[in-house]
Amino acid sequence: MDHDDDRNGHPANDRRRFLKCMAWAGAGTLWTMHAGVLQARTLGGAADADAAAADLKDATFSFVQISDSHIGFTKAPNPDVVGTLKASLARIDAQRVQPDFIIHTGDLTHLSRPDEFDTVDQLMRGSRTHRAFFVPGEHDVIGDNGGEFFRRFGEKQTEGGWYSFDHRGVHFVALVNVLNLKGGGLGWLGPDQLAWLKQDLSARTSETPIVVFAHMPLWSLYPSWGWGTDDSGEAMAMLRRFGSVTVLNGHIHQIQQKVEGNVTFYTARSTAYPQPAPGVGPGPGPMKDVPPDRLATYLGVREVRHVQAGQTLALTDEALS
Amino acid sequence: MKNDVKKKSFAPTRRSIVRALALAPAAVFLAVRSMPDALAASPSGGDTAASGQGGPTYRIEIHDFAFSPKALTVPAGARIVWTNRDDEPHTIVSAAGAFKPSHALDTDDSFETVLATPGTYGYFCGIHPMMVGTIVVR
Repeated sequence: MDHDDDRNGHPANDRRRFLKCMAWAGAGTLWTMHAGVLQARTLGGAADADAAAADLKDATFSFVQISDSHIGFTKAPNPDVVGTLKASLARIDAQRVQPDFIIHTGDLTHLSRPDEFDTVDQLMRGSRTHRAFFVPGEHDVIGDNGGEFFRRFGEKQTEGGWYSFDHRGVHFVALVNVLNLKGGGLGWLGPDQLAWLKQDLSARTSETPIVVFAHMPLWSLYPSWGWGTDDSGEAMAMLRRFGSVTVLNGHIHQIQQKVEGNVTFYTARSTAYPQPAPGVGPGPGPMKDVPPDRLATYLGVREVRHVQAGQTLALTDEALS
Repeated sequence: MKNDVKKKSFAPTRRSIVRALALAPAAVFLAVRSMPDALAASPSGGDTAASGQGGPTYRIEIHDFAFSPKALTVPAGARIVWTNRDDEPHTIVSAAGAFKPSHALDTDDSFETVLATPGTYGYFCGIHPMMVGTIVVR
């Protein structure tokens, strides 16, 4: 908006600089998990790209996680969140092997407005990857408890909006932890959803790889900034018997990870704007002072490849630059 | 800024109101725009006269994911105006459902409600529920 001009110079210039930096995009971070242990490697040149491609040979399928596109956000450091979501989707389209689907871990929009949902819908429909799964973020449920979100992006399996599906031997569970929030509290699953989860998991053998995804972290990442879920412990207790559990979240606009027994937790980058590391600065708002030529290094997509033999999941985080 | 707000809050003189109007035309405009919300949000009990005439106005700013002041004591019939100064949207939700929740407040948007009945009103941001505040109406 207008007052952004004071802080950042002219928006058109920002956009030009941004597009310029998108043109030399390339580096990123590759995360691979080997028997429950994560390894990180920076993606730089062709040699690393070849290594990534070699990893894919062992995979039975892959999917991509994107998060926090915040369509409707117009301020520093990213006045063009549509452009950065498009760039993320272009990254996915450019994969040598198309992922089977995309998972969006919430905050599709900034203010839950119908035109914002329209834009997300149009962009996602333009992707070469035709199937996408969504969970709502707190920004997607403002004013109507998610009515508009669920009507457009819901799977409509349950009244509460949570759902599960099986894909090539892996059980995927989508949880909703941004509704019925209480003052002073964190994310919230609620007894109805937990009862459903217990029922849903009871039919699965302990050998079934499980992927759980929800918007807010399902672990106490930084509760004083609201980065956690009050009753996630009950869900985690139900997941403990499984040999391979991967938990994918968004919300905090940066990569954080934790391994706890057989459960591996990850939070994804945003396609829109970064937030500060836990406890750095006064609050969890957008990092406004990221220079335009550095923004793309904070944004990204995550690709998850399923390796049949080990029943582990290999994760790749790709920054937009 | 804090002192300024307090002074205005506790002694809403004509001069300070005029000064506030001069300093914050946008906030005042938005507050007026959200009047119907405030009227609808008034606790039941037929205090339309109080709302119409407007009791003293108390302002709460939202900055860096916190309400300022976090705790506020006001006389019955006071008009409370919250203004979001963050680049992140926030909402105002009464913990006990004592008033209608606000719409999403984008940067510099305001929401107001009139609290006519004495009591303690806890509220929070429905988007970031770790943000909490309290208003005591005497």
